[in-house]
Amino acid sequence: MSKQTDNSKLLEDKLYPLGHTDDVEYSFTAEKGLTEGLVRKISSLKEEPKWMLEIRLKAYKKYLEMKMPTWGGDLSSIDFDDIRYYIKPKNQEAKTWADVPEAIKNTFEKIGVPEAERETLAGVKSQYDSEVVYGSLKKSLSEKGVIFLSMDEGLREYPEIVKEHFGKVIPMGDNKMAALNTAVWSGGSFVYVPKNVDVGLPLQAYFRINTERAGQFERTLIIAEEDSKMHYIEGCSAPSFSSASLHAAVVEIYVKKNAKVQYSTVQNWFKNVYNLVTKRAKVMENAEMRWVDGNLGSHLTMKYPSCILAGRKAHGEVLSIAWAGEGQHQDTGAKMIHLAPETTSQIISKSISKNGGRATYRGMVHMVPGTWGSRSKVVCDALILDEKSRSDTYPVNKIQENEVVLEHEATVSRIGEEQLLYLMSRGIKAEEASTMIVNGFMEPVVKEIPLEYAVEMNRLVGLEMEGSVG
Amino acid sequence: MLKIQKLRVKIEGKEILKGIDLEIDEGEVLALMGPNGSGKSSLANTLIGNSKFEVESGEIMFVGKKINGLKPDERAKLGILMSFQYPVAISGVTVREMLLASLRGRGLTVSALELKKQIAEEGERLHIEGHLLTRSINEGFSGGEKKKLEILQMRILKPKLLILDEVDSGLDIDALALIAKNVDEMAKTGMSVLVITHYQRLLRYLVPDRVVVMKNGVVVDRGGKEIVDKLEKQGYKSYE
Repeated sequence: MSKQTDNSKLLEDKLYPLGHTDDVEYSFTAEKGLTEGLVRKISSLKEEPKWMLEIRLKAYKKYLEMKMPTWGGDLSSIDFDDIRYYIKPKNQEAKTWADVPEAIKNTFEKIGVPEAERETLAGVKSQYDSEVVYGSLKKSLSEKGVIFLSMDEGLREYPEIVKEHFGKVIPMGDNKMAALNTAVWSGGSFVYVPKNVDVGLPLQAYFRINTERAGQFERTLIIAEEDSKMHYIEGCSAPSFSSASLHAAVVEIYVKKNAKVQYSTVQNWFKNVYNLVTKRAKVMENAEMRWVDGNLGSHLTMKYPSCILAGRKAHGEVLSIAWAGEGQHQDTGAKMIHLAPETTSQIISKSISKNGGRATYRGMVHMVPGTWGSRSKVVCDALILDEKSRSDTYPVNKIQENEVVLEHEATVSRIGEEQLLYLMSRGIKAEEASTMIVNGFMEPVVKEIPLEYAVEMNRLVGLEMEGSVG
Repeated sequence: MLKIQKLRVKIEGKEILKGIDLEIDEGEVLALMGPNGSGKSSLANTLIGNSKFEVESGEIMFVGKKINGLKPDERAKLGILMSFQYPVAISGVTVREMLLASLRGRGLTVSALELKKQIAEEGERLHIEGHLLTRSINEGFSGGEKKKLEILQMRILKPKLLILDEVDSGLDIDALALIAKNVDEMAKTGMSVLVITHYQRLLRYLVPDRVVVMKNGVVVDRGGKEIVDKLEKQGYKSYE
């Protein structure tokens, strides 16, 4: 779909161990391109209620009307007519691991999904292209009323809850990609945590694009009721296709009074995926929302997890790491919208660019009148590893109240020759020394993600750093 | 152990070492003295392989091997280690992680737990507060704490040749005595020490076998520890 040139090099990428394609049977593969007919077809295949079809059609119209953003990354090479918007694997969602088709199973084994599930997770969802193919939730949690379904199941089984919350935190007209997602969404997670329930272990979703020129438009809705607590993790990967793919997800989260939600992402899309994602949480009184966002893969990512701090003493946090290697642009950041008094927020953004990669921080802190006693702290640190690479910072602060505190720190550094000399003078090789420095730089964010992902991130960084120091 | 012959070194095109000859024997403590800007630290940096210091001519032999072209990590593996005058901070890297990489890089089998114990012991011996040892290296450390952490590393890495580059700057007298005592112990086990300083203070605690005085990139005096007393009385004026 895009006019990228040197894909053969990408395909041989030894740094990307998840680059194989699985031989999976599909029961429905849409023609390329998007039409009103396809939007109707998706809705009817899913046997959705009429109101959802109406939302989809309205969003489709919005999508056609809206302009592509001209800021951020270069989106001009996406050919929207060359994408398949809906691809349904033949198998229904399996409830036991044994029922998952062999090919898909192998991929997940490679990623470590069932292994992780056994040991450290409360529940799992795995999505292939447009549909969720495997799901589970610990019985003790379902007994407490925790719901963890694919978004499609969620709509079927809990239409009232979905209707009340869908598209309210991120309206369809929020941006063109959100409109597109609303029109063609499929899969994603529906999570409901009842009042006073602490989910304990994380819930995990794994997203994989398996078909060439496929778009993945999952939709996630998380509702954490009062005094509840949960941690959701998502991981992403795709085969090494020669043509680009599009991932345009929408994630809406409700964090009600006194609730705590953490949403962690380790994004490792193959290096020709356009990753254009809208994520936003509405945080009520005394509640806490924390986004932990690791972006390692993709060709272009545009993602700015946001918190609407709507209740008094609500707290929002974004901790993010972006790795921009050859041919990559990570345009990431955060938005904190303070709407109530004594709300607090913190943004810590770290980026590393190398081999001509480009990392951009784009963030906003907005405090409306009446948010007295609010505080926000923004820290952006960029590490640039060579002359070819680039880092930019675009912070916007809109402060309409006097009785507030806003701190902003930004640093741009290169791997210091002195640091390198210091480690080498202790007998550590240049390459390993640089890797240590980079991992050390990332550490404040990496330590917030679950251990197996942290290990994986450090390993990937190690691979990327190989041969980087002469 | 170390033999330097006719060493000429330049930095950014400017010659700073103008033909140095120097030898250190096994187990010997050699004090290298001289006023600011005499080239002492440049010599130290050249010895560890800092690439900013370009060797124009001359030879550096260590344990019978010419090391002119070796990288800093290769020299460290041969046993040349330096306690830095200005140790840098490295965010997110603890002294344990660094020492582990360093020991394993030498092909040694080290358990992380064993090393942790060893670091704690050495830390106690050097009066370094425990919480500093789990922090990022040198981040937020005082001058004295940094110097002590350098010595802690040396005690664990056990060099054949230890270079102390102005280890006494920024240290109070108690810390100075403590560091000197710890280094002295190591020297008694056969380690050679090159002590770089422009004060005499440290040498009262760490008594050198020989003294070499540098000025303007050349050696201007050589002898025994009586030179230290001479300098104490007369300063560097006598070499003008």
